[in-house]
Amino acid sequence: MSDLAVNARVVRGLGMRSLRQTLRRPQLMAPILVFPTLLLAIQTGGAGGAVDLPGFPPVQSFLQFMLAGAMMQSLMLAGNSGGIALAVDIEMGFTDRLFAAPIPRYAIVLGRLAGTAALGFLAALWFLAIGLVFGAEIHSGVPGALIAIALVTATAMAVGGIGAAIALRTGSASVVQGLFPLVLVLLFLSSAFFPNDLMIQPARTIAEYNPLSFIVEGIRDPIISGISASELLDAVLAIAGIVALGLLLSARALRHRLRVG
Amino acid sequence: MEAAAALPQWRANLAAIAALMARAKNELLRVPGAAIPGVLAPTIFFLGLNGVFGALTDLRGFSTGSYESFVVPVSMLQGAGFTGAAAGVNLARDMEQGWVDRLLVSPTPRWVLLAGNVLAASARALIPAAFVLTVGLLLGASWPGLAGLLIAFFMVCAMAAVAACWGSMLALRFKSQSAAPLMQAGTMAVILTTTAYAPLALLQPWMKSVAEVNPVTEVVEAARQGFVGSVTWAETWPGVVALLALLALLGALALREMRRTAR
Repeated sequence: MSDLAVNARVVRGLGMRSLRQTLRRPQLMAPILVFPTLLLAIQTGGAGGAVDLPGFPPVQSFLQFMLAGAMMQSLMLAGNSGGIALAVDIEMGFTDRLFAAPIPRYAIVLGRLAGTAALGFLAALWFLAIGLVFGAEIHSGVPGALIAIALVTATAMAVGGIGAAIALRTGSASVVQGLFPLVLVLLFLSSAFFPNDLMIQPARTIAEYNPLSFIVEGIRDPIISGISASELLDAVLAIAGIVALGLLLSARALRHRLRVG
Repeated sequence: MEAAAALPQWRANLAAIAALMARAKNELLRVPGAAIPGVLAPTIFFLGLNGVFGALTDLRGFSTGSYESFVVPVSMLQGAGFTGAAAGVNLARDMEQGWVDRLLVSPTPRWVLLAGNVLAASARALIPAAFVLTVGLLLGASWPGLAGLLIAFFMVCAMAAVAACWGSMLALRFKSQSAAPLMQAGTMAVILTTTAYAPLALLQPWMKSVAEVNPVTEVVEAARQGFVGSVTWAETWPGVVALLALLALLGALALREMRRTAR
């Protein structure tokens, strides 16, 4: 078996472990699916009248508009949960055993990120299913749904990279868990839950430059209107930026972890 | 213990409640960082909701022009909900560590053990409520007046007690901190499926139906009245009745779980 095939098996094995770990623990699963679903229902029911505001983009319903925001919230929390789980592995010594194994270091991080990406994929399917069940249309049909799923999966992996970097650097689950409020802040300061032009200052200006806004618009676009190349490109570039940042931080954190033990 | 044994029953009960509240206070003083999430979460929600949904006041029929004033009491109640749920999580932790077993073999009545936990949560809820209120006032929320302020804080304390009963009931049922998401999701859902985001007339039909039967809607309206208008008895008493009813129901259920645990 070639090295590449062996490494792919390692990544798959660690990815499956990561996925099972999350699915088995309600306290890890709840933030990824339960809270975003609850918030989606509450915000749709409570602020659904917003579609009548002048300047609100043409949408079939507020639920249709909110689906991208719910997916975004879910994948951000999946990235955070992945970081927490990796930190728990470090605290319990499991990662040390992996470091001692004859496998490349990157496979350890990549395995965790594969699990986070799988969670992002499941979250995308879950929210698209919820949208369809409750009457939201995917305006661009199957191609649009596939684009949304691909963007959500890729973003989950990208955000998971940052969570993994923080876990590797600090080795503390409580520190990574402490980032939970920051995740909410970043989301509120993006166009995840409301059109940018209708937000109140200074949230509007911050949201305009928040990379998460570009990603959420890329996910939302095929759901509420047609597939737009420029929105898609912006989303892909924003994801690429987060991936690059995650890679850089993870590589440095991994070196630090190997040095300090 | 000898001194406690010499006390009349009611005074011994009060002493036990005070001791349990003091223990909760010590936890707060010794690990102040533990209180930060409970303060941060409702503050972030307040700032987020205000920044994101502030334009909703432009909708025809919205009862006030200031979304800060409309939302600040909701965030104060959310803080109470989080604090009450945290009391449940702490109780679950105490069960996992065997502390509750030691309490249960003491001659202290079960309701006293529950009351200590619940009243501590009530007192603790004042911290996030005061913080969110300060942030809200700094950002332009209306001053609710003394009566409005007292009513809002009364609602916060009582809501925290209700949430603590809910959290304690689940902690005693599941005996594990893994039940924490259920405690938090329950309080979050019951507070936000009300007129939290918009007045009743502007809610979506299904949410309007839920808010109409959700007793916490009356609590939100009572806590909000001073911030968006004048304080009246007609707006206050339904909130008080709703909280007393919830407290009686969830308190009884939590007590039943505690008795079952003791058996």
